[in-house]
Amino acid sequence: MTTTTKAADAKKLPGADYFTLGEPVADTKAPGGPIEQKWAKRKFEAKLVNPANRRKLTVIIVGTGLAGGAAAASLGEAGYNVLNFCYQDSPRRAHSIAAQGGINAAKNYRNDNDSTFRLFYDTVKGGDYRARETNVYRLAEVSANIIDQCVAQGVPFAREYGGLLDNRSFGGVQVQRTFYARGQTGQQLLIGAYQALERQVAAGTVKMYARHEMLELIVADGKARGIVTRDMVTGEIETYFADAVVLATGGYGNVFFLSTNAMGCNVTANWRAHRKGAYFANPCYTQIHPTCIPVHGETQSKLTLMSESLRNDGRIWVPKKAEDCGKDPREIAEEDRDYYLERIYPSFGNLVPRDIASRQAKNRCDEGRGVGPAVKEYDDNGNEKMVRRGVYLDFSDAISRLGKDGVAARYGNLFDMYAQITGENPYETPMRIYPAVHYTMGGLWVDYDLSSNIPGLYVTGEANFSDHGANRLGASALMQGLADGYFVLPNTINDYLADALKFPAVDASHPAAVEALESVKGRIDKLLSINGSRTVDSFHKELGHIMWEYCGMERTEEGLKLAIAKIDELQAEFWKDVKVTGVNEDFNQTLERAGRVADFFELGRLMCVDALHRRESCGGHFRAESQTEDGEALRHDDEFLYAAAWEFTGTGEKPVLHKEDLVYEAIELKQRSYK
Amino acid sequence: MNITLRVWRQANAASEGRMVTYQVQDVSEDMSFLEMLDLLNEDLTVKGEEPIAFDHDCREGICGMCGVVINGTAHGRGNSPVATTTCQLHMRSFSDGATIDVEPWRAGSFPVIKDLVVDRTAFDRIIQAGGYVSVNTGSAPDAHANAVGKLKADRAFDAATCIGCGACVAACPNHSGMLFTAAKITHLAMLPQGQPERHLRIKKMLATHDAEGFGGCTNIGECAAVCPKEIPFDTISQLNRDLIASLFKRDGK
Repeated sequence: MTTTTKAADAKKLPGADYFTLGEPVADTKAPGGPIEQKWAKRKFEAKLVNPANRRKLTVIIVGTGLAGGAAAASLGEAGYNVLNFCYQDSPRRAHSIAAQGGINAAKNYRNDNDSTFRLFYDTVKGGDYRARETNVYRLAEVSANIIDQCVAQGVPFAREYGGLLDNRSFGGVQVQRTFYARGQTGQQLLIGAYQALERQVAAGTVKMYARHEMLELIVADGKARGIVTRDMVTGEIETYFADAVVLATGGYGNVFFLSTNAMGCNVTANWRAHRKGAYFANPCYTQIHPTCIPVHGETQSKLTLMSESLRNDGRIWVPKKAEDCGKDPREIAEEDRDYYLERIYPSFGNLVPRDIASRQAKNRCDEGRGVGPAVKEYDDNGNEKMVRRGVYLDFSDAISRLGKDGVAARYGNLFDMYAQITGENPYETPMRIYPAVHYTMGGLWVDYDLSSNIPGLYVTGEANFSDHGANRLGASALMQGLADGYFVLPNTINDYLADALKFPAVDASHPAAVEALESVKGRIDKLLSINGSRTVDSFHKELGHIMWEYCGMERTEEGLKLAIAKIDELQAEFWKDVKVTGVNEDFNQTLERAGRVADFFELGRLMCVDALHRRESCGGHFRAESQTEDGEALRHDDEFLYAAAWEFTGTGEKPVLHKEDLVYEAIELKQRSYK
Repeated sequence: MNITLRVWRQANAASEGRMVTYQVQDVSEDMSFLEMLDLLNEDLTVKGEEPIAFDHDCREGICGMCGVVINGTAHGRGNSPVATTTCQLHMRSFSDGATIDVEPWRAGSFPVIKDLVVDRTAFDRIIQAGGYVSVNTGSAPDAHANAVGKLKADRAFDAATCIGCGACVAACPNHSGMLFTAAKITHLAMLPQGQPERHLRIKKMLATHDAEGFGGCTNIGECAAVCPKEIPFDTISQLNRDLIASLFKRDGK
C-alpha cells in the first residue's frame, strides 16, 4: 500500500485529522483448522521449556488480581522464577476482589443444553461482534477447568443441600451457567488465587513486591526485558530484569474519576508500555453499568454498584414535570410519573440491556427531570450549572405484591447496602440510581498467545482487549482473568521462553535500562518541581467530567472534537500549575496520583480519537450519528468490523491506526435487537 | 457539618508521632469518612502542607485496605450502627461540631509506615505458612467429584469472608491475630479439599502467628465485635479444637 493511498483511506474515516492510517495488524498465532481444535493444536505446536531450564528463566508479572495472581502462581509452580509486583500492601487487595455476581462456565451441570459453543456464541454476541472469535472460543473451552481448579483450592462456591454446586442465570443468557459465592464471587476467587500465590512465595519460586508501582517498561534490543518501579514506601526507583514481562494490571475506568473501580486502579503500566511501542486497542470501549448509587456531591470519590438483578422487580421512573423533581417521591401522583423504559420499550420494559437503560437515564437527567441532590456541572462554555443526576428505582409495587419480607428475601443485602451508603430507607422511599463507569473492554493489543506486538511483553485479563468486544456480559470478566492466568498464558509463554536462554544478558548498565530509569526520575522531578496552585484531584475530576460528558454513554463528532481540545488545554495547565507536595524519597500518595493522572490525560485523548473515528454505535459506545429511526444503536459491519490498534508515535504526534480485521467463521453476524 | 479532627501524624516507623488538630468545614453527612479525609487533604495541599497518609482502595468495603481507629474503635465501629469498614462509615454517624480522634492500628506486628498507614504483611506470612490447599494448576478433579453439604459449605463461606483488614488485631488488648488465623483455619477445615493438610496447617500457621509477635487469645471478643465482615467468634473455638486434635497427630512433628 502506498503512502498516498493510505492518506486517502484515512480521509474517509471520521476524525482523520487526528491520526494516520498504518499497515493492518494480524493475529498470527492462532492455528488454522476448525475452531474447536485450534487451542489443542496451538498447545501442541508451542515449544516447551524443560524443567531444569525453567529455573534459569525469570518472568516479571505486574498485578496480582485474578489474571496476575493466577499467572504468578502457575508459572511459579512450573518452576520459573517469578517477580510479582502490586501497588497495594498485599496481593490480596487487587480489585478483582470487588466483583460480585459470578463466573460463567460451560459445565452443563444443569443439563439445560449448555455447551462450550453456546458460551462462546453468547459471549461473541454479547460483545456486539467486536471480540476476536478464536480467543473467545478458547475462553469458553477452558471455563469448565476454572471451576474445577477453584473448587480444588477450597473456594466456597454456593452449594445445594445435596452438596453439589449451585448455579444461577445472568443477564442475556438462557441457561444457568453462573457459579457464585453469595455476592462476593470475586473475593472468593481472588483469595483462592492469592493463597496459591502465597504458597509459591513460601516455596521461593515467586518473589513478591507489594507497594511497588511499575513506572516504565524496559525494551532492550527489541524485546521487553524489564521494568522500572518506584518503591512506594521509600521512593526508591529500581530496575528489575527478566526474560519476559506480563502486564496484568486491570482496567482504566478511573480516567473518568468517578467509577466503580478501586481508587488506585490506573493505566500507567499499560500506558508506559504503549509509549514504548505496544499497540493500544479499542480504548473507547467502556462499559457503563446502569444501577449504581448516584453521585451526591462534588467531593464524592467513588461510585458503588448495585446488582442489576434489582431491575427484575423495581420500576424505573422520573417525574413528568421538572418542578416535581425536588418533591418527596411518595407525594408524586401516579399520573405524574414517567415510567420511561416501560413507555419507550414496552416489550423489554425495565429489563432493557445495560447500554440502553444507562443512556435513557442520562437523557432524562439532561432534560432536567433527574432526581436527588443537584450536583455542580459545567456547560460547554465552562459555566456552572446544577443538575440532578438520579432516577427512581421503585419497589412499592413489588412490596405490595410480594410483601416487605418477600422483597427482603430477594434483595435484602442490597437494600441494607443502599441504606448504609445513602442513609435512606429503600423500603419506604424509592431508591435512586444512575449509570456509572464499570469495566473497560479496550486494552493493549495481544495475539492468540496473549503477546503484545513487543516480543516478550504479554498482557492478560482486563488489561488486554481481546475477549469482550464492545460490551461485556455479566460473569465473564472473572472467567477471562482466571482463564488467562491459570490456563492460557502458562501454555503460550513457553513458546517464547524456549528461546530465551539464548538472549543476551541485560542489566542496569544497558542503555535501554539507563534511559528508562532516567526518564522515570526526570518525570518525578518535573512533577515535584512545578509547585503550582491546583491539586492533582482537581485536575483528575475535571478530566473525568470531560470524559464522561463527551466520551461516556453517548458521543457525537462535535462533542469528541471539543473534548480533545479541552483535554489538550487542561493537560497543558496540569504541567504548569499542578501542586505536588512532599518529596520523592518518602511515602507520597500525592506524587503517586500525579503520575497516574498525567497518563490519564494522554489515554483520555486517545479514547476520544478512537471514539471519533468509529462512527457506528456498538455495545457501550453509542454514536448519535449512527442510530436507527427509532433511536436504537446502529452498527456498521461493512466499515468497522475491525479492532482498532493504536500506535504511539510521540508526544503531540498523531497516533497511527492499525486495523485488525475481525473474521467470523464459526458465527454469523447479526444485529442485536431489543424490541 | 463542621468537624474537629485530631489525627495521628508520624513521619515514619522510626520517628515519634503526635496528635494534630484540624478543622474540617462543609462536611456533608453523605460523605464517607475517607471522603471527609480527602476534603481535609485537598485543603492541606492547597495550603502547601503535606496531606495525611492513609490506606484505602476499593471504597466498597471489600478489599480490606482501609482501616483506622476512630474514637477508640477500629473502623469507627463505636459510631456506626452496623458492622463497617472505614470506607463505608458515613459522616451522618457523627454530629455537627464533633471532635473525632483518628489513629492508626496500634500493634507491634503492624509497624507504622506513615501517619495512619501500617504494614500488615505479617498477615501474608501467616497465609504463606499454610493457609492454602496444595494443588497445582491444571490437575484438579471435576468440581462435582466431592460433594460438600450446604451447611458445611456455608460455614466455610462465613469464615472465608475475612478481608484481612487487621481490625481484629487493632481491637485486641493482646494484639492477637487469632480471629484472622482462625478464619482461614475454619474456612479450609470445613471443606474436603482442606483435610489432608488440616493438622499440619494449624501448627505451621500458629507458629508463624506467634513468631510475628501477635499476642495470644484470651477470649475477650473485641475482635469479633469490630470485625467488618462479622467473622464468627466461634472460629477461634474451631481453631482451638483443631489445635488440640493436631497435638495427637504426627503431621508436622
